[in-house]
Amino acid sequence: MTGGIGRPTVAVWKFASCDGCQLSLLSAEDELLTIAGEIEIAYFLEATREVKEGPYDISLVEGSITTPDDAERIRQVRDISTTLITIGACATAGGIQALRNFGDVEAFRSLVYARPEYVDTLADSTAIAEHVPVDLELRGCPIETSQLVEVINAILAGRKPVTPTHSVCVECKLRGNLCVAVAHGTPCLGPVTQAGCNARCPAFDRGCYGCFGPAESPNTPSLAAWLEEELALEHPDLVRLFRSFNADAPAFRRESRRHEPEEVAT
Amino acid sequence: MGAPAAQPKTRPVVLSEDGLARLLARLHHEGYEVIGPTVRDHAIVHGPLSEVDDLPRGWGDEQTPGHYRLVQREDDAYFGFAVGPSSAKRTLFPPRQPLWTAESRDDANFAIIEAERPERRLAFFGLRPCEVAAIAVQDRVLLHGIVEDEVYAANRADVLLVAVECGAPAATCFCRSMSTGPGMESGADLILTELLDGDHRFLVRAGTTTGEDLLEQLEHDEATEEDLDARKEVLASAAARLERRLDTTDIHGLLMGNLDHPRWDAIAERCLACANCTLVCPTCFCTTVEDRTDLAGTEATRERRWDSCFSLEFTHTGPASVRNSTRARYRQWLTHKLATWIDQFDTSGCVGCGRCITWCPVGIDLTEEVDMIRRTSEDNVAPWPMVPSPLQEG
Ligand code: SF4
Ligand code: SF4
Ligand code: SF4
Ligand code: SF4
Repeated sequence: MTGGIGRPTVAVWKFASCDGCQLSLLSAEDELLTIAGEIEIAYFLEATREVKEGPYDISLVEGSITTPDDAERIRQVRDISTTLITIGACATAGGIQALRNFGDVEAFRSLVYARPEYVDTLADSTAIAEHVPVDLELRGCPIETSQLVEVINAILAGRKPVTPTHSVCVECKLRGNLCVAVAHGTPCLGPVTQAGCNARCPAFDRGCYGCFGPAESPNTPSLAAWLEEELALEHPDLVRLFRSFNADAPAFRRESRRHEPEEVAT
Repeated sequence: MGAPAAQPKTRPVVLSEDGLARLLARLHHEGYEVIGPTVRDHAIVHGPLSEVDDLPRGWGDEQTPGHYRLVQREDDAYFGFAVGPSSAKRTLFPPRQPLWTAESRDDANFAIIEAERPERRLAFFGLRPCEVAAIAVQDRVLLHGIVEDEVYAANRADVLLVAVECGAPAATCFCRSMSTGPGMESGADLILTELLDGDHRFLVRAGTTTGEDLLEQLEHDEATEEDLDARKEVLASAAARLERRLDTTDIHGLLMGNLDHPRWDAIAERCLACANCTLVCPTCFCTTVEDRTDLAGTEATRERRWDSCFSLEFTHTGPASVRNSTRARYRQWLTHKLATWIDQFDTSGCVGCGRCITWCPVGIDLTEEVDMIRRTSEDNVAPWPMVPSPLQEG
């Protein structure tokens, strides 16, 4: 080992999320034992009850901020972490639960819970980077295990990780997928979505759902206009297309807002 | 490859449908790995051809900007379609190419191990004229440029080209403007024309002595005047269908003299910077390298992969990207492809295949964009001077 940071201590934190991204680390079956040898898992409740006190060299943060308590807790995590990496759509863009940002949380709360006054929640679900400085964001819903392993590899070697920010289309063409948008007329978010999944959905004849959020220069208005004019996608479908796992990522948020009907029925 | 091939002397011959099958079998017999058009996922792409049944017999295509559909033809033509999304580039200049691995031997030493290059005899079967022209452009850039590209050179050695002239160009094709199709006289080992009038047959001309030798081993008939006329018919009707044009008159001056034309802004409003156009283009050659290490820190590998002037990272130097805007990136692509490529390589970077038009997810059409710039160009702009090519200076 040269150039890296020795055997770093790693903590894995959970905020509002489904745990899928943390589990991606555990599902790195081939590499898991080697990873466990190269890093010291100091705090990872999903994997072990053993807890080592901070500070930590690396914190992997999953989930979005949805409560006042969590808004405070993420500051503490930042304080005791040298490098803070957010993992997944919840942590990087607010996640699917950011759909609440487009609705009325008070209304949900009084409808869903028997004693709404017990539920202390914020009006919006927000990305970690809106609360504290973040060193690296790993996109995806869930993240791609190989990208997480790559980042750990890169940190250990003291090099830049290979996590391109170009479109999913590049991955399609690299692996030789047929373009489902052009050849089948399937609406696809790939041209405005960041790579990382190795174009998984187009490889199975599906359009890209945008799991990895907006790519480096996302021209969503142009894509939306094409989907509407050439592929006859209707307004509600356009809203739904841009409003899923990365609904609150700025480029997708603006685009779905643009296609909202004048009066929103809730 | 290498020394210019001796000019063949044989006269055109005619192969029957069975003859086509025997030609393919002959290539296999001689140890060629044969790659050609085949139907996959509702499109005609390049794939391994083991027998003539693998060809897209009876299939055609419908192509417009941003749109491709496989369509059933009314006849059983083997080659009744235009180019699909794949090209010879995928094989000769592959999307991912491992270059070397460094292995640590002990604390202070490491060994560099070059990636293996497979030895193989490759034959392309059924390339269209513009595809053969694209290989010639890549040869110019990657073999006869300032440095020879080792990967390309290794893949390109001993490659046999069997071309088929175009009888069914797509609405996105503009090879006539680039003088690369729909017919061809040279550049391939064998040049076929599929004749569908009367008996289904193939007019075959040898373009090299290798092609000539191949033909001699196959049962064939001498071509008659009718066969030669039938070929002319095929090409004339193909030419008549080729409506899309790119006016290349002083195109270098036109584009380089209009670097601040407002049209670039209009294109940037539509362009997604998704890079599809460059990746399907049979001549674009830009790459990046990706370095990876293993967890134990004992091995590092360097891989080359296709990149594109449309990606932000491509011009990332120091703190930021030089071509930060989509406008700058599209303009780079078009001016390089059609103008500065001539400075660099004495050839246009475009062969008129139309792939970038069909496979652009929002149907941006370079012929239309050049036309718009031409029609609204300020007449008295001072064009950028042609830069003498390093190849010419020799
Ligand atoms: S299928 Fe989607 S992601 Fe793939 S090239 Fe086409 S538009 Fe891009
Ligand atoms: S620029 Fe477009 S038309 Fe020209 S060779 Fe490339 S893909 Fe074909
Ligand atoms: S047009 Fe762009 S991707 Fe193609 S060769 Fe030129 S710079 Fe490279
Ligand atoms: S011209 Fe079309 S294919 Fe090329 S980057 Fe722009 S949107 Fe993508």
